[in-house]
Amino acid sequence: MSKTPKISIKGLYKGFAGNPVLKGLDLDIMAGESVVVIGGSGTGKSVLVKCILGLMAPDAGEILIDGKNIAASAKSLRDEFMKKVGMLFQGGALFDSLSVWENVAFGLIRAHGMAKEAAREVAIEKLARVGLAEDVATLRPDELSGGMKKRVALARAIAANPEIIFFDEPTTGLDPIMADVINGLITECVKDLGATTLTITHDMSSVHKIADKAAMLHAGKIIWHGSRKELANTKNPFVRQFVAGSADGPIKMALAGGV
Amino acid sequence: MGFLATIGRYFIGALAEIGRVSRFSYEAVTHIVRPPLYYPLIGRQMLSIGYFSLPVVGLTAIFTGAALAQQIFVGTARFNAEATVAGIVVIAIVRELGPVLGGLMVAGRVSSAMAAEIGTMRVSEQIDALVTLSTNPYKYLIVPRLIAAVITLPLLVIVANIIGVFGGFLVGTQKLGFNAANYLQVTMDFLEASDIYSALVKAAVFGFIIALMGTYHGFHSRGGAAGVGAATTNAVVTAFILILLANLIITINVFGS
Ligand SMILES: Nc1ncnc2c1ncn2[C@@H]1O[C@H](COP(=O)(O)OP(=O)(O)OP(=O)(O)O)[C@@H](O)[C@H]1O
Ligand SMILES: [Mg+2]
Repeated sequence: MSKTPKISIKGLYKGFAGNPVLKGLDLDIMAGESVVVIGGSGTGKSVLVKCILGLMAPDAGEILIDGKNIAASAKSLRDEFMKKVGMLFQGGALFDSLSVWENVAFGLIRAHGMAKEAAREVAIEKLARVGLAEDVATLRPDELSGGMKKRVALARAIAANPEIIFFDEPTTGLDPIMADVINGLITECVKDLGATTLTITHDMSSVHKIADKAAMLHAGKIIWHGSRKELANTKNPFVRQFVAGSADGPIKMALAGGV
Repeated sequence: MGFLATIGRYFIGALAEIGRVSRFSYEAVTHIVRPPLYYPLIGRQMLSIGYFSLPVVGLTAIFTGAALAQQIFVGTARFNAEATVAGIVVIAIVRELGPVLGGLMVAGRVSSAMAAEIGTMRVSEQIDALVTLSTNPYKYLIVPRLIAAVITLPLLVIVANIIGVFGGFLVGTQKLGFNAANYLQVTMDFLEASDIYSALVKAAVFGFIIALMGTYHGFHSRGGAAGVGAATTNAVVTAFILILLANLIITINVFGS
């Protein structure tokens, strides 16, 4: 007997003006699981997450959350789904007209009706968890370094203790120690909060630390998926090349002006 | 053949754009009538649209009013009707120049700023982030700007009208030799309530146009900094043209008699 996956993606197609990106992608994510998606730059990993969130409309295919097709559901159901979701954008996407703590507290105040003072306290606690001191809270995003922005965005994504969290490259731009702290934090979210997470990363140490399952996106499809252990031992030449970080192999990177 | 095809393409493109703008404004208006409204955001927008536009609108009005008095004096002197200068100034300012020039100045300042701010939020995925934080971007970004502009523009235009008339008064009394009390008397005699309604209706419509063009172009901008730049330009240009077009339509059809 199989359980309904938390997120189920079936035959997802998405392209942009003659540039097909996702070409019939299938992926299941079970509740409480941490799934990592790896894949070359520009293969459509961010597009995949935006399709799941409904920020982009798929050209074809279905996305089921708890067995229900969200895009085809009533608005109230979509609103419910959004309240349970956290998203870390690749570029941070911090609101630059608001201070750091207002960014982190944004969802708490607007979506969960929390009072300003209480939300501020939660925000400061979440900032501490991503290694940011209280005096950062009143700064504006443009006064932060790249890595600090990433961590504020991370604090915002987990502020409301969401059930489902999407992390788009959570450790890119961080030093190795901070990257490890963030990996630990993501693991905690899954273990302590019981969240279901989908993480996109190029960082193999991240994969080893946080993944229950890994999936590789290549040429618009999930060409391989399996457990973390299987990832280390797979014979799949695409995955092996990616994991090893080698220029030689079946994946050819298109280089401008290259042969 | 190629020429006709080009015209056809432009025509169809324009129709499609009108369709998109209509859908956008329909969506925005449905959010105006459905709670919640974010009052603090409306207040902040009113401050930035209204209060911070006062200097530029005031300067425009006083210079225009002053120059107008001089020009009308020259014109009316040709048939010995100089006594009507104050009356023509007040009608020209209140019915036409106050709302139109005020609207254009605010459009230059505000439509561009709205398009740039919202456009930057679009290309840096801040609008997507709003959605993932369960906040409707129309309610949070568009509606406060529309409401604030529709309320604020009439207030600004009242100020512009008063300052414009005062500009005419200055030139009239200081340079053209009118008696101050007499000038004001003629002004009040000529001015009718319908002139003021006309100014207020126009201003509210222009306010809607200014905020609509700023937010629409910002909201639909794409393609990084260059895209935001293009959105900003388009916002100002379309706001200018629509203000002038709306002014003509309102003047002829609603307040033509
Ligand atoms: N809004 C958009 N309009 C047009 N094309 C887009 C848009 N978003 C993404 N694309 C295209 O889709 C493809 C995949 O983009 P995506 O951002 O998903 O890549 P990615 O796998 O996340 O890469 P990276 O690892 O570098 O972040 C790219 O070719 C990109 O040009
Ligand atoms: Mg990406």
